[in-house]
Amino acid sequence: MSEYSVIGKPIKNVDGVAKVTGEAVYAFDMTLPNMLYGKLLRSPHPHAKIISIDTTEAQKLPGVKAIITGKDTPGGKWGLWRRYPELCDQTALATEKVRYIGEPVAAVAATSIDIAERALDLIQVEYEPLPAVFDPLEAIKDDAPLVHEDFENNINATRHIEWGNVDEAFKAADYIREDRFTLSSQHHAPMEVHNALASYDKGTGRLTVWASTQSPYFLQLGLADALKMREGDIRVIKPHVGGGFGGKNSTMPESVNAALLSKKTGRPVKIVYNREEEFIATEHRTAMNLAIKIGLKKDGTILAKEVKIITDGGAYTGLGATTLYLAGTFITFPYKTPNYRYDGFRTYTNTMWSSSMRGFGAVSTVYAAETQLDRAAHDLGIDPLEIRRRNAMTPGYEAPGQYKVESCGILECIDKMKERVKEKWPKLEKDEGIGFATFAYMSGGIFNWIDTPYAFSGAMVKVNIDGTVDLFTQASDIGQGSNTVAAMICAEVLGIDVEDIRLHLGDTAITLTDLGAWGSRETLMNGNAIKAAAEEVKKKLISVARMKLGENIVYDLVVKNKRIYLELRPERGFSYYDIVRDAIKENDGEPLIGIGHYTPHNKGMISPAYGMGIQAVRAKVDRETGHIELRDVIVVHDCGQTINPLGARGQVEGSTQMGLGFGLCEEILMDNGLIINPSFVDYKLIRFRDMPPIELIDVPTYDPEGPFGAKEAAEATASPGAAALANAVYHAVGAEFDTNVLRPEKVLKAIREKEKKDRAGK
Amino acid sequence: MKKELKFKVNGEDYDLWVEPKTLLVQVLRDELGLKGTKWACDSGACCACTVMVDGRAVKSCSILALQVNGKEVMTVEGLANGPELHPLQQAFIDNWAFQCGFCTSGQLMAAKALLDENPDPTIDEIKIAMDGHLCRCTGYNMISEAIQDAAKRLQAQKQQEGGK
Repeated sequence: MSEYSVIGKPIKNVDGVAKVTGEAVYAFDMTLPNMLYGKLLRSPHPHAKIISIDTTEAQKLPGVKAIITGKDTPGGKWGLWRRYPELCDQTALATEKVRYIGEPVAAVAATSIDIAERALDLIQVEYEPLPAVFDPLEAIKDDAPLVHEDFENNINATRHIEWGNVDEAFKAADYIREDRFTLSSQHHAPMEVHNALASYDKGTGRLTVWASTQSPYFLQLGLADALKMREGDIRVIKPHVGGGFGGKNSTMPESVNAALLSKKTGRPVKIVYNREEEFIATEHRTAMNLAIKIGLKKDGTILAKEVKIITDGGAYTGLGATTLYLAGTFITFPYKTPNYRYDGFRTYTNTMWSSSMRGFGAVSTVYAAETQLDRAAHDLGIDPLEIRRRNAMTPGYEAPGQYKVESCGILECIDKMKERVKEKWPKLEKDEGIGFATFAYMSGGIFNWIDTPYAFSGAMVKVNIDGTVDLFTQASDIGQGSNTVAAMICAEVLGIDVEDIRLHLGDTAITLTDLGAWGSRETLMNGNAIKAAAEEVKKKLISVARMKLGENIVYDLVVKNKRIYLELRPERGFSYYDIVRDAIKENDGEPLIGIGHYTPHNKGMISPAYGMGIQAVRAKVDRETGHIELRDVIVVHDCGQTINPLGARGQVEGSTQMGLGFGLCEEILMDNGLIINPSFVDYKLIRFRDMPPIELIDVPTYDPEGPFGAKEAAEATASPGAAALANAVYHAVGAEFDTNVLRPEKVLKAIREKEKKDRAGK
Repeated sequence: MKKELKFKVNGEDYDLWVEPKTLLVQVLRDELGLKGTKWACDSGACCACTVMVDGRAVKSCSILALQVNGKEVMTVEGLANGPELHPLQQAFIDNWAFQCGFCTSGQLMAAKALLDENPDPTIDEIKIAMDGHLCRCTGYNMISEAIQDAAKRLQAQKQQEGGK
């Protein structure tokens, strides 16, 4: 179908050999000569004044090289919402008071981890416990303790979205229902824990940090703000990263304190969290209380939606304020919603803070909206797929003042799903059900809370005399496969092989700025920058070839399969290698480079393009135990032009695993601010035996804004799993849920309630 | 007090002195520099640190280094035959069976132990054998498929060798 040489082909991961031989180096693996080991002392209180910190005994321990507390830091505050100083609320070490269990109050550097840990035991901290608040609904009450004194009622951020005339539309509705949900948090649980290695050069006053991060640029800015240093004096290098999923966007205390300890000792310092610290002191998905009211016509057409959300923000801001906006946005997708009103509030509480996690904003809201829609469809006697079909967005759909959806294959996705389910699952067993949920997500956000003056993505392509290419960009491959996508896009434009390209990535000193891997942005945004850079080189090559051919200027030239030739007379042309050599030699040796950048313009408030689709889950419910068995999954998605079908399938598989985990087993359990299941023994991830097979069906579209028409494929599919699962249970046994994580006891309770209702109805 | 540890790693003999409390994963990573073996959970619950000890898959975070005295250890670094990848490694690449790659070394070693014992496993047998191995990036299915693919390649290799 496509005339592409590389795009759309199943290309093997460019980091494959390194990753299967153990040669891939992660920050976790790195050491430097003379390196010290850092550890953080953490608060046992959710909310307490720090009266005093005594480090005398710890200082005496042989092997301890430095101990710092809040007063030894430059006091810089930082956060991802850099445009808004009041939301830059993070500090290296708490000074006046602690706001969550696990907040660091002191940092130690020692010659071994053992010594550093023993030193922590010797530090005496006197606290005066303060009343604490853990529930967002309690936090907004007038008499609630304040987490940050300047924020009344603990309101950290608010968001209002409105279009159409909601009140009038509800009056015209034939059917109205309102449902309330409590959606829980979820941990990213990346296999590589947070860790950073910092090396401060006293001679130059410059700092180099190697870290497990999703965005070297965000970390560079965070460190600059925290340490009160110039950005340019900080170099952040991102080696291979062992997973992020939204949990490695924020600058966290490990990198800041490693830098401070390195500056103090003059030696490199590395801080590595253990798994317990990873659970209690790194960000997680935003939990929320949600009320959703929907008004429909008899035929199932959506007339109006009204949504109120209060999120549990925890002690600091992170990307939680963005989650609030995205929640209010994606709860409308992928349906035409002519009248809409949203009010969102993010609260501060005395817990580890919530932030971005794969599909942030969408995962929890899709659960609410899609389970509600099934109940409405049931009441109105409409088939679940048909009600979705009737409301599906069409290409060019616009939500006034908010977003415009250019390419849009949702209708085709629903139709394909209908066909496939009929064919694949013609008959169900007793207590078996099929649940559907649609999904959509952004291909990178049009947000600049970080306040960058640079383009959102930049890339440079350098062609060497032998035709090989060095590609420089800050795009972050954290496992999702963006390195392969980057090489593929460059190779397609220049008509060469992926193997001809050497990647230089994730280093703030040698690559052009890119905002990093979050919000599914690398394929579209970084892809556009790479494409532009490669096209600049291609233009130079074509002009050299045109000179040599001496042909009529109107004739088009093609660069493909390592040749440059006339489109209409392919035999007239030259080898790519000859033209590269001529381009460099004939131009006084001028380097053959191209620079490209991309920032979305005139694309609304959210994203330049949206990936979308529908998922079906087939599950069986055991009425006696409440156990749910996941049996089969079908995903039909539109990610525009797929760049790499191998990688895209990997993304759909992985995000489905995470989405099903949100619905089935993953839950952070908390008791008065203390996370009581901070290990893989007690925090249950989906495992090999839990995972059903997944069939992926692609509905190709072409998005005019994407490189070669591509959109996102990494996050949207994290949203539908929990909702589709809950809908499958609803269709199997009629049980309704107002929360996710369908543990057996919840399922049993819901079955009993349904039975009670049925008896009362008789 | 340090004690002597004599063992073989990836075919090479080592003679070291280690503190008794030292874990095998610490010796492999910190003493021998074999950082392909990862460490991810501190509770023996994720299997990222899996290596082979005398042909069996073992979590190197849950065994003392001195317990492998006199034994033969194989890590991911010993899987390829020089520049030639092991069929499991090639199958993992061809099937996109990893993403971030942090759990991959452990997965490969467990898969090797499985195929050594059961050269033709069903998908269900693979799932049971691999069940403790946590992977946050993939949905496991592509790993199972890669292991089955590798089993076929190994069988074909054996047939070819047998035919010679």
